[in-house]
Amino acid sequence: MAELHVELVAADRKVWSGAATIVVARTASGDTGIMPGHTPVLSVLETGPVTIRTVDGGTVIAAVHGGFISFADNKLSLLAEIAELADEIDVARAERALEKAKSDLDEHAERRAEVRLFAARGLKAHA
Amino acid sequence: MGAQLRVYKRRIRSVTATKKITKAMEMISASRIVKAQRAVAASTPYADELTRAVTAVATRSNAKHPLTTENPSAKRAAVLLITADRGLAGGYSTNAIKAAQTLTERLRGEGKDVVTYIIGRKGVSYYTFRNLAVEASWTGFSDKPTYGDAKTVSAGLIEAFTAETGGVDELHLVSTEFVSMLTQNAVEARLLPLKLDEVQLSDQTPAKAEIFPLYDFEPSAEGVLDALLPRYVESRIYNALLQSAASEHAARRRAMKSATDNAGELIKSLTRLANSARQAEITQEISEIVGGANALADASRGSE
Repeated sequence: MAELHVELVAADRKVWSGAATIVVARTASGDTGIMPGHTPVLSVLETGPVTIRTVDGGTVIAAVHGGFISFADNKLSLLAEIAELADEIDVARAERALEKAKSDLDEHAERRAEVRLFAARGLKAHA
Repeated sequence: MGAQLRVYKRRIRSVTATKKITKAMEMISASRIVKAQRAVAASTPYADELTRAVTAVATRSNAKHPLTTENPSAKRAAVLLITADRGLAGGYSTNAIKAAQTLTERLRGEGKDVVTYIIGRKGVSYYTFRNLAVEASWTGFSDKPTYGDAKTVSAGLIEAFTAETGGVDELHLVSTEFVSMLTQNAVEARLLPLKLDEVQLSDQTPAKAEIFPLYDFEPSAEGVLDALLPRYVESRIYNALLQSAASEHAARRRAMKSATDNAGELIKSLTRLANSARQAEITQEISEIVGGANALADASRGSE
C-alpha cells in the first residue's frame, strides 16, 4: 500500500515521525485529509486534533495548537507551536483548564482544552 | 597558637569554603550545558521546516508582506539584547552588552534612532545604572527559556515593527552564539525586515538552494505568509535564547573552573605560609627555652 512519511514537530521537540496511510488535520478551510500522492500543499493549521493512520493499522491522535501543514514529495510536515500526543495528555488537567477557561470566558483557552480532551478521549475510543 | 598562624588558618578555612561553592557551581553549569545543547538540537527540526516553508512561499509567490519590505528611509531601529539573569559567568553578559553598544553606535552613525529591548537582569541593570533608555525588558528565564518566553518577546517586537506610527523600521538581535564548550561569540543579526535570500538552514546552507514544488497555498499565499512570518521571527528569537542560555552556562562553567583553580592555588600558598609561621613559632619557643636554660645554668654556676 502507498504510504507517506509524516513528521509532527513542535517548537521545542519532534513529537512523532513515521509512515502513514492518511493524515487528517484541521486547516483554515476545514478538515483536510491527505493521502499519498496528494498535490503539494502548504496551509495554515487551526487548533484541532490531528489523526494519523499508521501503516500497521494503528491510529495516532495529537492535539495541535496553531501551526502549518506542508506536503510535497510524499513527505508531510506538521509544524505546531504546541503539539501533544493523545497519550501524553493529562485528562484531569485538561478538564480543569476547560473549567477555568469557561469561567474566565477565554474562548481560545476553552478551544485548546476541548481539543486536548477530544484527542485524549478519541484515543480511548479507538483502543 | 600564635596570632599569625591563627590568621592563616582562618583564611584557609574561608577559601576552602569558597572553593566548595565554586566547584559545585562549576558542576551544575556543566550538567546544564548538556541540557541546553539538547534543547537547541530539539528545536532544530521545527526551525528548519519553518525556514523551508517560508522560503517556499517566498519563491513560489510574489506576495509582498510588511515584514519583508525594506523601508528605504529607515529612521528608527530596535536592538534586542540577550544577557544573563545572574552574574558569575565571566565575560558573558559584558561581551553581549559591548556588541550591542557597538551596533548602537553604528546605527546612530547611519542616522537612525535606536530603541533598546533587553532580556536578562544583567543587561537591564547595566542600562539603568547608566541612565540609558530601555524600551522594554524581560527577565527571569535566561538560563532556561521556553517557547512561550520567545513568543512573549517577539509579540512585543512585532507589534513595535508593524505599528502605524512611532514604530520601528528595523529589528536587530544581539545574542551569544554557542560554538563549543570553550568558545562563545557575541553576534548580531538583522531579524526584520527579513532578507529572504539570506535565510539559512541550521547547517548553514542557504534555504534557497533547494528547488520547491508548486505548492497549493491555503487560504492564499498572502494568508500563509501572514501566519508564517511571525512564527519564523519567534523561532529565530527562541533559537537565539537557547543558544545564549547554553553559552551562559558554558561561560559560567569556565569562570567557576578558574575560580576553583585559583582557590586551590591560594590554599596551597596559604598552607605554605601557615607551615613556616608554625615552624617559626616552634623555633622561637625552642630558642627561648634554650636561652632560659642557659641563663639558669649561668646563674647557678656564678653562685657556686
